[in-house]
Amino acid sequence: MTVKLGTPKEIFEGEARVAMTPESALQLQKLGYDCAIEAGAGQAAGFSDAAYEAAGVEIVKTAAALWKTADIVAKVRPPSETELKRMTKGKTLISFFNPGGNEAGLELARSKGANVIAMEMVPRISRAQKMDALSSMANIAGYRAVIEAGNNFGRFFTGQITAAGKVPPAKVLVVGAGVAGLAAIGTSTSLGAVTYAFDVRPEVAEQVESMGAEFVYLDFEEEQQDGAATGGYAAVSSPEFREAQLAKFRELAPEVDIVITTALIPNREAPELWTEDMVAAMKPGSVIVDLAAEKGGNCKLTVADEKIVTDNGVTIIGYTDFPSRMAAQASSLYATNIRHMMADLTPEKDGQINHDMEDDVIRGATVTFDKEITFPPPPPKVQAIAAKPQAEAPRELTPEERRAQEVAEFKAQTRQQVTLLGIGGALVLLVGLIAPASFMQHFIVFVLSVFVGFQVIWNVSHSLHTPLMAVTNAISSIIILGALMQIGSGSFLVIFLAALSVFMAGINIFGGFLVTRRMLAMFQKS
Amino acid sequence: MDFGFTTAAYVVAAVLFILSLGGLSGQESAKRAVWYGIVGMGIAILATLIGPGSGLWLASLVLIALGGAIGYQLASKVEMTQMPELVAGMHALVGLAAVFVGFNAHAELANVLAMDEAAKKTLEGFAALLAKKDSVEINILRVEAALGIWIGAVTFTGSVIAYGKLSGRVTSAATKLPGGHLLNAGAAALSVVCLIWYLGSASVLPLMILTLAALFIGYHLIMGIGGADMPVVVSMLNSYSGWAAAAIGFSLGNDLLIVVGALVGSSGAILSYIMCKAMNRSFVSVILGGFGGTSGPAMEVEGEQIAIDADGVAAALDDADSVIIIPGYGMAVAQAQQNVAELTRRLRAKGKTVRFAIHPVAGRLPGHMNVLLAEAKVPYDIVMEMDEINDDFPETDVAIVIGSNDIVNPAAQEDPNSPIAGMPVLECWKAKQVFVSKRGQGTGYSGIENPLFFKDNTRMFYGDAKASLDTLLTLIN
Repeated sequence: MTVKLGTPKEIFEGEARVAMTPESALQLQKLGYDCAIEAGAGQAAGFSDAAYEAAGVEIVKTAAALWKTADIVAKVRPPSETELKRMTKGKTLISFFNPGGNEAGLELARSKGANVIAMEMVPRISRAQKMDALSSMANIAGYRAVIEAGNNFGRFFTGQITAAGKVPPAKVLVVGAGVAGLAAIGTSTSLGAVTYAFDVRPEVAEQVESMGAEFVYLDFEEEQQDGAATGGYAAVSSPEFREAQLAKFRELAPEVDIVITTALIPNREAPELWTEDMVAAMKPGSVIVDLAAEKGGNCKLTVADEKIVTDNGVTIIGYTDFPSRMAAQASSLYATNIRHMMADLTPEKDGQINHDMEDDVIRGATVTFDKEITFPPPPPKVQAIAAKPQAEAPRELTPEERRAQEVAEFKAQTRQQVTLLGIGGALVLLVGLIAPASFMQHFIVFVLSVFVGFQVIWNVSHSLHTPLMAVTNAISSIIILGALMQIGSGSFLVIFLAALSVFMAGINIFGGFLVTRRMLAMFQKS
Repeated sequence: MDFGFTTAAYVVAAVLFILSLGGLSGQESAKRAVWYGIVGMGIAILATLIGPGSGLWLASLVLIALGGAIGYQLASKVEMTQMPELVAGMHALVGLAAVFVGFNAHAELANVLAMDEAAKKTLEGFAALLAKKDSVEINILRVEAALGIWIGAVTFTGSVIAYGKLSGRVTSAATKLPGGHLLNAGAAALSVVCLIWYLGSASVLPLMILTLAALFIGYHLIMGIGGADMPVVVSMLNSYSGWAAAAIGFSLGNDLLIVVGALVGSSGAILSYIMCKAMNRSFVSVILGGFGGTSGPAMEVEGEQIAIDADGVAAALDDADSVIIIPGYGMAVAQAQQNVAELTRRLRAKGKTVRFAIHPVAGRLPGHMNVLLAEAKVPYDIVMEMDEINDDFPETDVAIVIGSNDIVNPAAQEDPNSPIAGMPVLECWKAKQVFVSKRGQGTGYSGIENPLFFKDNTRMFYGDAKASLDTLLTLIN
């Protein structure tokens, strides 16, 4: 018997996404599943029933019939009580579930004997990225947040100088550089705004900068947390750290035009980061988009699901349905996440679910299985991100420390040089005591030349070492001068040896310089 | 002509030589710098010919012209891959010339000392200079001449052996006579004894024995050093040839010789230092030959070497955005630099970032790889030093190792017991994929197993580098 995978129409009001697209259905069929969809389920996301039918998906008239026939149900929003009651033993539900705050739902699913895979519980390890629906939805939210902000912002993002006057670029501050934050940064910079970003995890500074934004650093000395310990998510910060952070934001508030806050801490209320006095300090016409509105908001003035305008003319957007506002994109990404999850559940590609509770990813995402609640899962065996070695980056030095270090280095260097000079000077003096003046004349020339040589050669570029050898080779035939001076002497043996030397040095001079020139002529710039 | 003029010309020449070396700090200024060197040399020879060296000047000119013709022939015909041999060979000439000039100084001195006061007055040139010296100065002069001869002789045989090893005429393995370093030490001690004897007797015999001892040291020292250490050896010999010139300069009282000798000597010394640093070995341990002792068994290498054919490499290159090529001596041996350059051109034409990572000791001569790539018209601004590029490997899609081994050996970082532990290496294994073009499964010069070849992201592209790249090129258009 083939297993049927069905997707009902979302019943949550205003939800436009759908968990299966015609494209994902084709892939699911390749895994051996039959696909079914409730009539009109994809309508709001722009997928017609006809398109589904063309992809070989069975259209089921009513939700009740779909829940009855499907062995696996894939949907977006957490199921309602009615929906859960339709589950029976052995059926699998794949959806967002909010297991941390949905004990009644967990209990109901358990008592019904349904196996529930909660998409938000997919662990954050490299292998599971393809099914990480939180990330794919956050990506959309970040993008959409900037678009919504732009929609409510009465100015250009990019700076322009036009015949009608100069337009300064908009300044955007993104708080929290997770997936949503990074997507917002990317969108904002590509629209041409000057973008700043802040995150409590200093290790994301590099990612922020790679997206073209400027990372806002705090002058704060506490040992900052290592994101790897918390699975790549932010953790609660100390009160001192929070103070430093708020002070920085207060400083920025009058300057920025658009603030996008995305700070969320798993299983907690969103931290308040943008206080009322900061809102008051902002220019009229500024926009705040609070992506944490669902969890209470990073700004206390935020009203979930609504757009408000404060007394001083600042727009605060608290929508919680950003992905749904881009239903076509969101659906296709979410459906792909579901498909990857199904692919992992069907290692044999035989259309039969193999719910392997030994697998880190499947175990982590499963919240009820075989009449048991399996939430919360044990920590995954693979760490989210390779833990950072404890040797810290030198950036953490304060300016004072850095200065002290430089001074110490300078002192050590001076000491070394003075010692060397002292020893060298003493040696020269010693030689001077013994040797006659005529020798010392030459000796001074020698010492100075060695010195000049060392100074000059250190600057020679590595790639020119071979030409350097060839040219020093050529000029070391300066020994020819000695031979030339001797060749005029009377003794036959001396003349003979000197002549030989002149001859050999001649080979060297011409050979050395010519070959150097040949080599250097080859070095070309692209 | 007045000697004052000669001195002035020497000053000009010395300045030109310094500029000529200083100019090598950049590829463009280097092209001008060579001319400084050539002009400097011209001025120096001319000033000597019309000044203190005017005796038999016609013969001198003819000899220079003859030598020059041979030098011209050699330099225009030499292949860039043979550059190490050429340089080593030319060092030998300088060394030998230094020996001859040193002996001449001795002979002249003996002549002059044998003359009576009246005859001395009639002398001119170098001999006149000698005639003015008092006994302390004469002793110093003897020491200087002996030193010049000694260093020159070591340079001569050392360079001949280095030449033989580099051109494959002498086995490149490290070989020593029974007795090892004791023989060298003995020869060195003998030299000191001869020097004292010479100072006392002023006869030519101890000088001869000293020369023979030095010749032996040069031979035995370089025989005991293996092929991969050649960059150090060649730059060390370069340095010696400079010191020999400086020592002769002292004995002849010629400042220009001293200046240039010192410049060349310090240049070679710095190069040797850089090379040693690049191998994380002390100069002494390179000169004494062989790798330092290990403190325990080497780490076991697990896994197997997985081969790949040209199709696979071509497909991976097609997908890659950034490529780093790591050439080594194997590329020079296979004469594959033209193919590498062609591959680079084609990949760049497809909009991919292609760069070269050069380890300081890649090849057999400092900067050897740079010269080969330049010959094949690879633009120098995509050829990077190790320090410039090492941090970029994690963001690189494909790293191609062509004929290098020890300089990409991760054991240097991972295995504290490895003989090359601590040597800075190119961290190519951090690239997403690594292809190693290599003849077969053998180990490199140092005989150390290379864990890179066993890594999961490494594929072995067996075969002669040139032939392999030829097939690869047919697949990339």
